[in-house]
Amino acid sequence: MPLKTETMILNMGPQHPSTHGVLRLELDIEGELILSVKPHIGYLHRCFEKHAEAMTYPQVIPYTDRLDYLAAMGNNFGYVVAVEKLLGIQIPERVEYIRVIMAELQRIASHLVAIATNGADIGALTPFLYLFRDREYILSLFEMTCGARMLYNYMWIGGLSHDIHPDFVRKTKEFINHFRPTVVELNNLLTFNKIFIERTANIGILPIDTAINFGASGPVLRGSGLPFDVRKEDPYSIYNRFDFEIPTGIGLVGTVGDCWDRYYVRVLEMEQSVRIIEQAIDNIPEGNVQSAIPKRIKPPKGTAYARVENPRGELGFFIISDGNLNPFRVKVRAPSFVNLEVMGELCKGHLVADVIAILGSLDIVLGEIDR
Amino acid sequence: MGLLDKEFSDGNIVIAKVDDLMNWARLSSIWQLGFGLACCAIEMMATSASHYDFDRFGVIPRNTPRQADAIIISGTVTLKMATRIKRLYEQMPDPKYIISMGSCANCGGPYWEHGYHVLKGIDRVIPVDVYVPGCPPRPEALLEGLLKLQEKIRNESLRKKIA
Amino acid sequence: MKNPEEIFEQLKAEFGDVVLGIDKETPTEPLISIDPLKMNKVGAFLRDSDDLKFDSLMVLSGVDDANGAKIKDADGVDSISGGTLSVYYHLHSINLKHKITLRVSTSRENPQVESVYNVWRTSDWHEREAYDMFGIIFLNHHDLRRILMPYDWEAGYPLRKDYKNPEFYKGMKVPY
Repeated sequence: MPLKTETMILNMGPQHPSTHGVLRLELDIEGELILSVKPHIGYLHRCFEKHAEAMTYPQVIPYTDRLDYLAAMGNNFGYVVAVEKLLGIQIPERVEYIRVIMAELQRIASHLVAIATNGADIGALTPFLYLFRDREYILSLFEMTCGARMLYNYMWIGGLSHDIHPDFVRKTKEFINHFRPTVVELNNLLTFNKIFIERTANIGILPIDTAINFGASGPVLRGSGLPFDVRKEDPYSIYNRFDFEIPTGIGLVGTVGDCWDRYYVRVLEMEQSVRIIEQAIDNIPEGNVQSAIPKRIKPPKGTAYARVENPRGELGFFIISDGNLNPFRVKVRAPSFVNLEVMGELCKGHLVADVIAILGSLDIVLGEIDR
Repeated sequence: MGLLDKEFSDGNIVIAKVDDLMNWARLSSIWQLGFGLACCAIEMMATSASHYDFDRFGVIPRNTPRQADAIIISGTVTLKMATRIKRLYEQMPDPKYIISMGSCANCGGPYWEHGYHVLKGIDRVIPVDVYVPGCPPRPEALLEGLLKLQEKIRNESLRKKIA
Repeated sequence: MKNPEEIFEQLKAEFGDVVLGIDKETPTEPLISIDPLKMNKVGAFLRDSDDLKFDSLMVLSGVDDANGAKIKDADGVDSISGGTLSVYYHLHSINLKHKITLRVSTSRENPQVESVYNVWRTSDWHEREAYDMFGIIFLNHHDLRRILMPYDWEAGYPLRKDYKNPEFYKGMKVPY
């Protein structure tokens, strides 16, 4: 009997330990070789945009927490920046400083999870335990400030829900001292580990023009070599006052834009976030964090699009106001939603085992993909 | 009702009821299905990680339902996902236990009113043993939920399933 | 770098009647209205023209304008008839650092907009989402299916203002 070959459809997810939530991938494979990947999403569609239309402006903030639940501070930030743009109000200096510090701490916490799960997916379980230990440190700082570990509802329109704890500045400095050596430890443990490099270098290469045309943002875009960061390009809040660099992928161990580059951009970004926190933490001005909160939040008729740099990329909120107490329409430009679109391009011609490495390096959060 | 209550004096023989022995074995090694849904899954991961260490209760994540004893519904269940969860539950071997973690899995949570695509409580699809409230519950709360489940298993009998 | 008025003049000179107008009333961003059935050509021009170079589509949002007549039928169920659905395009040029917002409006009964999928690949899933949530048909889209809701969802388009949720889906009760 003559041998016969045919392509096979392999289903991955929605229940799978490495899909970072409830994502379903339909792999078209020939042996181990991937012909195409079709992501199926929507298993966590929680109707955020419908809720936003039914709630008043401040009531939407807790729902924004639950979009990208690894970076809830960043989501709060994006939403309040958009509403403040619509209202045209001025924010006290103290609030701006605290917001920046919180957003950068959140970026570190989020990248820690991204790196940990990326490592754990391709078999390095030890860094997972180390990095979650450090994440707990940041979560305790947040908990001290507003009482919640993950979903904070901390940034309010025109202010903050709580002022910082008297101990916050000291503890944050303690954290920075603790964290600097941790990055070195991480680099020794995972970044320059031979096995990790073999699994990620030269895998899933994303050329820069493809990345732009697909609208990729955040570490996925920067990993391909373009230094595009909303904090620099389109500065919001007070980011133009701080001195920091935008790390990009340079193909240190492989080709520019491979999985390792995307991973390493995150490691370098954490160091830059620490730099921003160091510049901000000693200069927090005195003041009342709730003095600028409007009594009645009722923006004039109009539209506003505001974007911020979330750990996963460019998070945008498009708000249409019809002059009522609740938004007429809120549309979220979720970075993971856009970044996941390149998945199909990246996987072509790779092996089944590389899908996990590629997906881990994209660092998606299903909460904001499905909303 | 400890397992080692009725011990002969020479120390080599332990007398226990079969029920107690079985329950003790079951409750000390609850293997959970490694299955995360939403925000709560991150807290579940934090519970398994270094700081809270789920492993000390014998909870080890397994990647296939066929090897799992318990499933933690950690997050919002949508209508699209509910049928898949039901299938996962049916694939698990008996005895099987379910912890519903967080407000969303309990009753729809913040999405109860306008969530046109959210299942208002996982108990509409599969039976639940322990509900853990919170949005999301702290890791300590999940540990408490696990202890409650262990308590429930401790009182089980071979003749009929209570939990 | 150009401001929206200059871009509007340039588009008007290039396309004439296809560019319907500019709305400067909104406090934060001017909106340029485009003919929905010519969107692809305009998009390609915006991307390829040397002094515009809009290489990135930040977001594509469907909107139910809810400006039709509100009708209450015999059972007291509200619905909207007539009026428009809109699609907003937020564009950004990474090279030239300018931004612009486009709007196309199409009728609620037969909503058709030309797809810009081949201009900006970003719009692939965004258009599917707008179809899923509002029922806007994107002409020439390569794969216009539901994306977030189940493929077999039959109860209509959830983000329309007059959407009614079904009682049951596959035997599961939907309301609280």
